[in-house]
Amino acid sequence: MSQTILHKRFKAHTDQLKQLRDWVRESACKAGLADDRIEQVVIGVNEACMNIIEHAYNKDSGDIIFDVTQETGQLTFQLTDFAKAVDSSCIKPRKLDDIRPGGLGVHFIHEVMDKVEYQPSEDGKGNIIKMVITTD
Amino acid sequence: MECSTSQEGDYVIVTLKGEVDLHYSPEARKQILEQLKNNKHVLVDLSGVEYIDSSGIASLVEGFQLARSSKLEFGLVGVSDAARQVLELARLDKVFQIKATVAEFTEA
Repeated sequence: MSQTILHKRFKAHTDQLKQLRDWVRESACKAGLADDRIEQVVIGVNEACMNIIEHAYNKDSGDIIFDVTQETGQLTFQLTDFAKAVDSSCIKPRKLDDIRPGGLGVHFIHEVMDKVEYQPSEDGKGNIIKMVITTD
Repeated sequence: MECSTSQEGDYVIVTLKGEVDLHYSPEARKQILEQLKNNKHVLVDLSGVEYIDSSGIASLVEGFQLARSSKLEFGLVGVSDAARQVLELARLDKVFQIKATVAEFTEA
């Protein structure tokens, strides 16, 4: 049985990122994560949201829904957007031995989360990223 | 985020403080690249950085690359724990020249 810890809807704009990080800290703390793990999770969720703002919405305006749910042994952070559906097979971490700016966000997400899933939203209008960490 | 510059010997110190995220990193990028384009050696002081995301790291990588192609020096000073965590995630902690103080660069 999963329990919702947090549910928020906000504008897909860079000025919302600080608030999002605060929500992540607050919910991860409520779920009992250790401080260093909380900061890793903050990095992952922040990067996922940046990707939605920059790549899914591009320069369009829109909303993002942020949900945090807890069930035995795991905590799930989910971001839902209403942008054009993105081909999730194109979202892959890049090789880090190529020293260049950009393209690090997906690597960060996969590095700090235990499981990452991309899926289209149920009505086909938008995208969902689910980031799961184990808490045992 | 706060971004300021100062001169110390042959180096311009770009000091970043607070949270360097996608909302503020364009300002950090502008300051870093502007100094390098003016032919200055640049040190970025990260001691007051509480959070930095991949866009902030990308600004540092751009500075590193421009400095290298312009034969200028570029380094990071007093990297905070929060910034070091992200540099390590990006495997860039061994790529940048990192020292604890400005003096370690200027007196070398």
